[in-house]
Amino acid sequence: MVAFNTLTLDHVGRSFGGQAALVDLTMDIHGGEFIALLGPSGCGKTTALNCLAGLLPLTTGDIRIDDQRVDTLPPEKRDFGMVFQNYALFPHMSVAKNVSFGLQMRHVGKDAMRTRVAEALAMVKLTDYAARLPGQLSGGQQQRVAIARAIVTEPRLVLMDEPLSNLDAKLRLDMRGEIRRLHQSLGLTTVYVTHDQEEALSMADRLVVLRLGHVQQIGKPTELHSNPVNYYVADFMGYRNLLDMRSTRADGRAITVAGVGIELGGVASHHTIAADEDVVAAIRPEDIRVGTGPNAFTATVEVAEYRGSGYAIDAVTSTGQTIHLLSGESHPVGAALTLTVRPERVLVYPKDPDVPVGGAAGAAPEVAP
Amino acid sequence: MSGTVATPVRPSLAHRLAERGIDRTLWLVVPGAVFIVAFFVYPFLYGLSLSLTPSGGDTCGAYSGVLASYHCFFADPFQDGWGTIGKTLRLALPAALFNVVASIPIAYQLRGKFRGKRFLQTMLVVPISLGTVLVAAGLLNFAGRSGWINRFLLLIHVIHKPLALVNNYWGVLFSLIITGFPFAFLLVSSYLSGIDPSLEQAAALMGAGWWQRFSRVLLPLLAPGLATTFMLTFVLAFSVFPSATLVGNPAGSTRVIALVAYQAYAEKFDYSLASAIAIVMGLVELLVVGLVAVWRSTLYRGSTGGKG
Repeated sequence: MVAFNTLTLDHVGRSFGGQAALVDLTMDIHGGEFIALLGPSGCGKTTALNCLAGLLPLTTGDIRIDDQRVDTLPPEKRDFGMVFQNYALFPHMSVAKNVSFGLQMRHVGKDAMRTRVAEALAMVKLTDYAARLPGQLSGGQQQRVAIARAIVTEPRLVLMDEPLSNLDAKLRLDMRGEIRRLHQSLGLTTVYVTHDQEEALSMADRLVVLRLGHVQQIGKPTELHSNPVNYYVADFMGYRNLLDMRSTRADGRAITVAGVGIELGGVASHHTIAADEDVVAAIRPEDIRVGTGPNAFTATVEVAEYRGSGYAIDAVTSTGQTIHLLSGESHPVGAALTLTVRPERVLVYPKDPDVPVGGAAGAAPEVAP
Repeated sequence: MSGTVATPVRPSLAHRLAERGIDRTLWLVVPGAVFIVAFFVYPFLYGLSLSLTPSGGDTCGAYSGVLASYHCFFADPFQDGWGTIGKTLRLALPAALFNVVASIPIAYQLRGKFRGKRFLQTMLVVPISLGTVLVAAGLLNFAGRSGWINRFLLLIHVIHKPLALVNNYWGVLFSLIITGFPFAFLLVSSYLSGIDPSLEQAAALMGAGWWQRFSRVLLPLLAPGLATTFMLTFVLAFSVFPSATLVGNPAGSTRVIALVAYQAYAEKFDYSLASAIAIVMGLVELLVVGLVAVWRSTLYRGSTGGKG
């Protein structure tokens, strides 16, 4: 059951004392979607969430649900659920009381309330903890209470503010799947804030990458992952090699770049780039192979870390530029490796991330298998 | 487990003492302890023994036994023990209650960050630095029969003869509120800052209006702090003395217990009676504080999520 068709954010902006924290966020969120707002701290993602929640008034723009203004409503009238980063559980109320709070505010009858609280606690596997106080629970359990509390009222929209950031790595993986499962089985619409690209990629239907309050790219995980719009987004999507280079030849999309002691053929997928410009070449570690092939160059092994499935190798070029790559086998430190990368996996971007997208965007290169 | 169990090595004496908190830093307690013994414990015990040694003077000559001074305080019509305690409670309880209750909305409004916050806070706390005598003088000028309040009310024909706002119960109550409020405000502010503001935000998102957020979330978390604040402001107000004389009616409605004790000491020279009254005063305070503490112990007193 989906509570609405479209939630529209129309040029939503928020400034703090003249300092813009969020600028012109415009997007449609469809009922049942899982949206992740992604970016480092200070990028405006929490501001965006708080604007949606009604905890911050907007400076510009408006928010509508199926053409009904909601940005003028106070938070208690919006019928949204929210999971706070610090969980914000009421410390003086038992788990069951915490979960039933929202139902009490909606004057749900006693019997219905008991059933729904029990259902919600069963959903997050906390049935046996109903009578405990939040202070007696572990971080992961508190986090699940916070989720139960946010969804028990069947809100129109669920907002989550980095809900997993206070958990340890293993629990975080478990909870990721759990949240996604609840989202699907309850037909929720979720807006999820995170700085963890892996979390965002694995959970969300669509991602919104923010930088300094500005939207960089909105799209499906696969779109962003294989074809980021600038090197800032590329950095977030796991393109760990961001090489400062210079374009030497431009032939439509195909760009040849040189610098840091190597020369590579690459593609400019979102921008028109001419010869002799400062550029950044973005390459994912897993796209660099040891062996001969196109774009071959040599580098010397500096560090080789065992990663279980293989080795993460840092190698340096003749100018001292570190290249990150993955390899199936170990290579001794100091060994000279011949490396190769397919030109369509070398993404070339203007040096300035604020250069607007130009040229034939969408002529995306194939996704490497 | 089987096999030989190794004899545990007995840790050194210094180590064992340190585990019980006994080490060289304990010396730091000495100056404070000496001070407390010399200036509190000894005078208190001295006063207690004095109160149990009736002086047999004119005032209490009719009473005998170890407890004669206490008996005298409660039975002698001039000392009027029960009446005196009642008068003092009638001043101290409402003053303390008002100070605590009035502090809540003001401290709440001053919680956020805004321009002029420091100035407002300073204005609210300044009365702490004014002596009771100064406050009394101010009250006499401001609220006296020909003070500004009465003159203004007469001018706009709200009243036809001056209101009696000082030299009676109300004058002392005003004075207690003026001097006690800053204490209550400072305490309540600090308790309030210990409550995580995201709790209220969470409540709002769950559909709670401002009254529900206050009564269901903020108040239960603040209550232990309010109880403590009440105890402190009550004790301050219960020992009222200068303003009872200066802006009160020391012969009648504001003949508070501290005043009666002072009269026994300075006018009747009955040190035993004065000490007995002081001890009774302490017991009444202890009783009220104890009752509040019992109520406080029934409240939730764990973490409040904030920086507190």
